[in-house]
Amino acid sequence: MVDVVISGIGQSAVGRKVDRSGIAMTVDAVLAALADAGLDRKDIDGLSTYPGKMNGNLAHFSPVGTHELIEALKLKLDWYNAGGEGGAQQAAFLNAVAAIKAGYARHVIVFRTLKEGSGSMYWQQAAGATVQRQRMGDRFEYLLPFDALTTINHVAMSMQRHFHLYGTTRRQLGAISVNARANAAINPEAVFRDPFTIDDYLNAKMISTPMCLLDCDVPTDASTAFILSSAEAARDLKSVPINIEAMAGALWSAASWDQTDMPHMGAHDAAKQLWSRTDLKPKDVDVAELYDGFSFLTLTWLEALGFCGIGEGGAFVEGGQRIARDGELPLNTHGGQLSAGRTHGFGFVREAVIQLRREGGNRQVPGDPEVAVTSAGGGPQGGCMLLTRR
Amino acid sequence: MSDTYQRTLPILTDDNRHFWQGGKDGHLLLLRCQDCLHWVHVPQPRCTNCLSEALKPEPVSGKAEVETFTINVKAWGKGMKVPYTIAVVALPEQPGLRVTTNIVDVDPEKVYIGMPVEVQFEQDDDVWLPMFAPVAG
Ligand SMILES: [Zn+2]
Repeated sequence: MVDVVISGIGQSAVGRKVDRSGIAMTVDAVLAALADAGLDRKDIDGLSTYPGKMNGNLAHFSPVGTHELIEALKLKLDWYNAGGEGGAQQAAFLNAVAAIKAGYARHVIVFRTLKEGSGSMYWQQAAGATVQRQRMGDRFEYLLPFDALTTINHVAMSMQRHFHLYGTTRRQLGAISVNARANAAINPEAVFRDPFTIDDYLNAKMISTPMCLLDCDVPTDASTAFILSSAEAARDLKSVPINIEAMAGALWSAASWDQTDMPHMGAHDAAKQLWSRTDLKPKDVDVAELYDGFSFLTLTWLEALGFCGIGEGGAFVEGGQRIARDGELPLNTHGGQLSAGRTHGFGFVREAVIQLRREGGNRQVPGDPEVAVTSAGGGPQGGCMLLTRR
Repeated sequence: MSDTYQRTLPILTDDNRHFWQGGKDGHLLLLRCQDCLHWVHVPQPRCTNCLSEALKPEPVSGKAEVETFTINVKAWGKGMKVPYTIAVVALPEQPGLRVTTNIVDVDPEKVYIGMPVEVQFEQDDDVWLPMFAPVAG
């Protein structure tokens, strides 16, 4: 237990295109989180976001940073931080927890805003898929000249190797996408809600073998916000505090997509570290909200977190019964990013809090869950967090 | 500006020129530590094994094995030719020594993990891209 709780959650409108600016959506989400916690903006003394404001071709990826929010809400902060390097999107949570534990802040806003629905082609310009010659000089210079232009290509290669080593099939993996859509169908906030079958999945358009369109999440306009509070400061708040039991963002393997022993990636390191920081075990987890920017990353997390053995993820999810809302490990109960939209790691934490508060409505998992695991990323960066209601 | 897709190329520097221009003379050159003989790729300021600064480009055999691959089907930009095969190939010189590349001169459907391949170079402007093709015969 880190003695830090999630005391408030908030989310803006989420959609393929939301007719509001990034900062307006961020303020919507933050005000919702403050109201949820029963806090005033004057109570806030810390701010953390991932990855911070980006400009140019990447503006849609992160249109809002700490400075914009500080100005918009006239926050007076003792501590604030933004960064895109760390335990994936959960780095913003890790940093906030560290700041609270260090005594630098008591109530910290943690947010992530995207306008990728409005600008979903940003990567194309950034990656140089253009008739205009581009030159680049960072680590990606060893990838882009071979037209390995998107994360899809890299995850597809890890997926291919998993298929090769363990006999994993598309029919098995597809259960993750089918399950996400089935959950989205009863979530009015989800972006894509029409259910599809495993056969629809198998017939979906191939993007980069063996990855098809339905393995990829949906770019959206969205802002998600949380209030993290020291357990002591949260004592008198009106919301049900959700404890951060443990969190992890280790990286012991490579920090690049291609210099790692695929399919072993950062998820394995963070997951191993997570269980070393708690007495709880995988069998204690009641609900799992695991990153699905690509369905294969969810499979990676299931294995890394020890819900099944390494290489057994395909058999674990096959058919979908085990990961259904009423299965032994309900998975991505809001529809994940695959169907509810790319809130980029943050939506999973929000859904875990909703489930632990038992506020899931018709998508609430049965049995009054007490322990939830969440994750973000899973490639060269990964972060995971264990939440409890106790 | 042309009508055809232009791949992104590296900015050549003293640190990477060996890798991108070694193909001019038919060699795939990687940095090698002159003290402990460790190969270092991608280029780093010191040997990642012993931290020596005595790194020098040396040719590798050019043989490799497909560690994993993907057939990219979607055209990401105007004029891109698809499908094409992206791969990470493992070089026999050292465990974990690998490069990202394209597998060329073969039907993408015929590529498999473990396939023996060898380097060949494709010149684009002032860069010689190390591509890999199935070993002949
Ligand atoms: Zn050395």
